[in-house]
Amino acid sequence: MEFFRIHKDIPFMRHALTFNVISLVTFVLAVVFLFTKGLHLSVEFTGGTLIETHYEQTADLEKVRNALGKAGFSDYAVQNFGSSQDVMIRLPLKSEQNSNQIGEAVMKALEADAPGSELRRVEFVGPQVGKELAENGAMALLLVIIGIVIYLAFRFEWRFSVSAIIANLHDVVIILGFFAFFQWEFSLSVLAAILAVLGYSVNESVVVFDRVRETFKSKRGLSTPEVLDHAITSTISRTIITHGCTQMMVLSMLVFGGETLHYFAMALTIGICFGIYSSVLVASPLVMWLGVSREQFIKPKKVIEGANEDGAVV
Amino acid sequence: MNRYPLWKYITVAIALVLGFVYTLPNFFGESPAVQVSSAKATIKVDDKARSRVEEALKTAGITHDGMQLDFNGVKTRFKDTDTQLKAKDVLEKAFNPDASDPQYVVALNLLAASPQWLTSLHALPMYLGLDLRGGVHFLLQVDMKGALTKRLDSTSADLRTVLRDKNLRHAGVNREGDRLVVKFRDQETRDKARNAIADSQPDLLLTEQADGSEFKLTATLKPEAQKRIGEFAIKQNITTLHNRINELGVAEPVIQQQGTDRIVVQLPGVQDTAKAKDILGRTATLEIRMVDDSPGALEAALAGNAPFGTEVYNERGGQPLLVKKQVVLTGDRLTDAQPGFDSQTQEAAVHLTLDSAGARIFKDVTRENVNKRMAILLIEKGKGEVVTAPVIRTEIGGGRVQISGRMTTSEANDTALLLRAGSLAAPMDIVEERTIGPSLGADNIQKGFHSTLWGFAAIALFMIVYYQIFGVVSVLALGANLLFLIALLSLLQATLTLPGIAAIALALGMAIDSNVLINERVREELRNGMPPQAAISEGYERAFGTILDSNVTTLIVGLMLLIFGSGPVRGFAVVHCLGILTSIFSSVVVSRALINLIYGRQKKLAKVAIGQLWKPGAATTNGQK
Repeated sequence: MEFFRIHKDIPFMRHALTFNVISLVTFVLAVVFLFTKGLHLSVEFTGGTLIETHYEQTADLEKVRNALGKAGFSDYAVQNFGSSQDVMIRLPLKSEQNSNQIGEAVMKALEADAPGSELRRVEFVGPQVGKELAENGAMALLLVIIGIVIYLAFRFEWRFSVSAIIANLHDVVIILGFFAFFQWEFSLSVLAAILAVLGYSVNESVVVFDRVRETFKSKRGLSTPEVLDHAITSTISRTIITHGCTQMMVLSMLVFGGETLHYFAMALTIGICFGIYSSVLVASPLVMWLGVSREQFIKPKKVIEGANEDGAVV
Repeated sequence: MNRYPLWKYITVAIALVLGFVYTLPNFFGESPAVQVSSAKATIKVDDKARSRVEEALKTAGITHDGMQLDFNGVKTRFKDTDTQLKAKDVLEKAFNPDASDPQYVVALNLLAASPQWLTSLHALPMYLGLDLRGGVHFLLQVDMKGALTKRLDSTSADLRTVLRDKNLRHAGVNREGDRLVVKFRDQETRDKARNAIADSQPDLLLTEQADGSEFKLTATLKPEAQKRIGEFAIKQNITTLHNRINELGVAEPVIQQQGTDRIVVQLPGVQDTAKAKDILGRTATLEIRMVDDSPGALEAALAGNAPFGTEVYNERGGQPLLVKKQVVLTGDRLTDAQPGFDSQTQEAAVHLTLDSAGARIFKDVTRENVNKRMAILLIEKGKGEVVTAPVIRTEIGGGRVQISGRMTTSEANDTALLLRAGSLAAPMDIVEERTIGPSLGADNIQKGFHSTLWGFAAIALFMIVYYQIFGVVSVLALGANLLFLIALLSLLQATLTLPGIAAIALALGMAIDSNVLINERVREELRNGMPPQAAISEGYERAFGTILDSNVTTLIVGLMLLIFGSGPVRGFAVVHCLGILTSIFSSVVVSRALINLIYGRQKKLAKVAIGQLWKPGAATTNGQK
């Protein structure tokens, strides 16, 4: 079986401008959503208390809310988590309350007014910890970017490293845009997924760039856009198959992984889809705009002192 | 050209066998067990304890499925949880006859049910994180500022003593934030005082200030002293927590320092968070008071009418003792407690070190009370216990106090530990708490396992259909990758969490990339008209550079996550990094070995089964894309 039977190189670069405009529009939209709606940060980042309980029957959320209100809680959010029997209660940080006792207080309140619940999970995060996690996350992102830029510049050329990182940051921003638009919960595991995606799509760009370098070296007489077209075309089947396989795994996580892995898998799914798009259709045009050419890959011949123009020495 | 030297095949075979052996324990599951470990630093659990366990179970008529002794204590396996619970009660009674003073921790535990020979190879099942097995996780923040303030307060008392001893008049010693300010009326006194303070308090950094008619001396703690105090506070708090958690009867508690001022406490299997928090946050204080030994007083007190200003406490060992209510000294004045020996009698003793203010009080009190008894009490949750009540023989000065008499070496050790670790050196707050119910843990394992299983199955099916023999080889290599990854995780005993399982799934999804790269490259070379043997060799060779590049970039990400991540991110990162390393080996070396075994021997290889090949320009009339 073979999916890809491509006669000639597909002229991706002819449409480079169109792709770049599409990217730019998606990117700008993502940024707009990020600024207007903001991320729905999880308790890990904001600090607060999160309680997951399980009912034998379908949980009556209204009853749970009433129970909490009666017990003197405010600003609580109550919602189903995964199934109609599981309830997630979120409480913001309160300075006047003794944070240590919130979990027990909530369970006591539920016991009184909405009985029959079983405590599954309590998470309490203090304000300092949340802030640190956010800072560490940002730091990790920054260092990942620097690390990748240095490695690619060292292995390839600065034009490649700059294009790869721009293309992949554009993926990251778009994933964030999705999370902002749908107000999905942004937790630590989503952050891990985003960073993993960053590595994964850089990996994708590397495969294409590797081919670009090889084509520059092996095929003379092709213009730069033609070289890029050739490189993309000859790796496209691998690109689609690899991503398809990874996506199968991620899909399996999305289906069987339950609520905890849901947004993790979601971030990966978006990341994989945009990863293909960006490494093929964003990174390569960028390399072209940045002015890549054959000369950068062919080692200049050593000029022997006293040689004339055609290199002959007498 | 497609033949490996023998040593390479052997390497691959050994790696696979090792992978298999170390993965094996994960399949045996766990059996209920009871663990008996020491609750006190002085009690060692050894072969004697083991035979005691054996005997206790025998007399109760409970059969066990095996017993082992390791650094954690004696662990005994049982057939089912009913027997386990029965055995726990029996052992609790046998080892802790006095429930109020437990010597041993008898806790329920789960033990790997893998056969003995695997355990002796150090092949253990993966270490599951709290989110997979249930339990409580606390992150405690130690209030370093509190520790420093406490220290400065006691230092200010010391300064007053020093100045009084040297007959230097001052106009007040006060703590202002994180420094001490001593005021003087003239410069000469100040200079003298400065020298005196510098001699007696090497930890202080002194600066002089003139403010109008006042001459000030400002003292701050030197940075290295601050650091030392902080480290001491953390260490002491950890010791205290250890002692307290022992009372909870947790099989494998984790108590670790995190960063400079935090302590992580993980209690697997504990569900009663309220009790856990209560015990962690408990404050114990030390008090020294005088004993009322006047004849008849104790009898009267026991009869119900204690003389005014006294109360009855029980001495360790059960003897009641009448103690005055007035507190002579509190534990705040104690800077250290070490077990040791009396220099003359060679009896076991505990050496206490008091700070200078404490030393002065102690000197006065002992001078006035020679031949009377003093009681050292440990007060916990409003309930006190007399640790020891020695007779004062002479006046004791210098702040070094020795408690001796009627003590064994182990009792001395124990008392020193209690005195040292009875209270927290600095207050602590819970800044992060996670409780995971056991049912959620089991659910999480199930979900993670199913995700991986079905994802793997889907990939395997696709690869085999698409690449035929090469696909089978790729799937086998991927299977080997999974084997190596689980073996490594089991071997390193890295904590496996739900994000960790997600990372395993993702590692597999990403590892297949290497094989796809290779297979596509081989196809391409075949398409360009290369003979099969050359195409295989060339395909592997050329794909390797790309595989390396792409894995290095992924590894950069993994390492950053490992360094900066905490909690779930770290769990993900560990597996992610290990997965990259195993995937390079399995997708390149293992798959090549298999291909070489299948095709390498055939000299004239006409065709390889890598799926249908389509060549541009050949029959393309069917118009399929």
